[in-house]
Amino acid sequence: MTRIGVITFPGSLDDGDARRAIRLAGGEPVRLWHGDHDLDGVDAIVLPGGFSYGDYLRCGAIAAHSPIMREVVDAAARGVPVLGICNGFQMLTEAHLLPGGLVRNDHGAFVCRDQRLAVESTRTAWTGGFEPGEQIVVPLKNGEGGYLADADTVARLEDEGRVVFRYLETDPNGSVHGIAGVANAAGNVVGLMPHPEHAVEPGFGPDTAAAMRSGVDGLRVFRSALEGVLAA
Amino acid sequence: MPVIVVEVMPKAELLDPQGKAVAGALGRLGKDRFSAVRVGKRFELTVDGPVDEAALADAREVAEALLANGVIEDVVRVSEEVA
Repeated sequence: MTRIGVITFPGSLDDGDARRAIRLAGGEPVRLWHGDHDLDGVDAIVLPGGFSYGDYLRCGAIAAHSPIMREVVDAAARGVPVLGICNGFQMLTEAHLLPGGLVRNDHGAFVCRDQRLAVESTRTAWTGGFEPGEQIVVPLKNGEGGYLADADTVARLEDEGRVVFRYLETDPNGSVHGIAGVANAAGNVVGLMPHPEHAVEPGFGPDTAAAMRSGVDGLRVFRSALEGVLAA
Repeated sequence: MPVIVVEVMPKAELLDPQGKAVAGALGRLGKDRFSAVRVGKRFELTVDGPVDEAALADAREVAEALLANGVIEDVVRVSEEVA
């Protein structure tokens, strides 16, 4: 069975949900620890949401210098799929695996809502199972989720199709171009602020037109990686 | 022991929601001569040994590598704190 590692940092809080999402998607979740230099041979890696190191210094900044991040950087260079969700996205930018940075929401408040997104690129390890331009709804919860990069970087991301997810209906945190998630040039490393791992099981996801809490759009993020590993 | 001070500010062109919130509170104190506030960070690095050029070079290195994120912040000061 395809094994996806979820790294737990001090202050991670969505690592359990990420493991559950991987299991529901048909993979085998593997617990990894930030202080180890060991990825346990996993086929893909998830950096989960939370408040690693209490968001001290900057969100994700201290975690980006954790022992295991050296192995994550090496694995990313080898093409291993890496997904950073929320705090994990912040870590990936701090580790320079993804361009840009995340800053405090422009309106200053924490935001928690079910967020509609456009899947802008299906040429990544984590979105291969979607249709281009498909709309999905997954929960979003952050205080520092405003995506920023300089104008040249934003233009390059747009030109190269590396904006993976874009906010629809509203830009909830002041992100430039409504960017919710981006990929590296190779497409194996993806980071996003919204939480696909919270939309994976009927009864616990966002509301849909069909029924309350029935949204499971996040499941296909994990299935995309599982299918990609099997096809490789 | 000697101390090197590193100061970091959000980039000038970025909105600083924290500073904006503080500026709003100043207005409520009736101090409307202050039209804007920007909030940054100050780090005090205690140095084992003298603050020589090598120590300052190390401080500048950690300022750029860890204390600040060049995408969103600028290092505006790295110098010895004179008591």
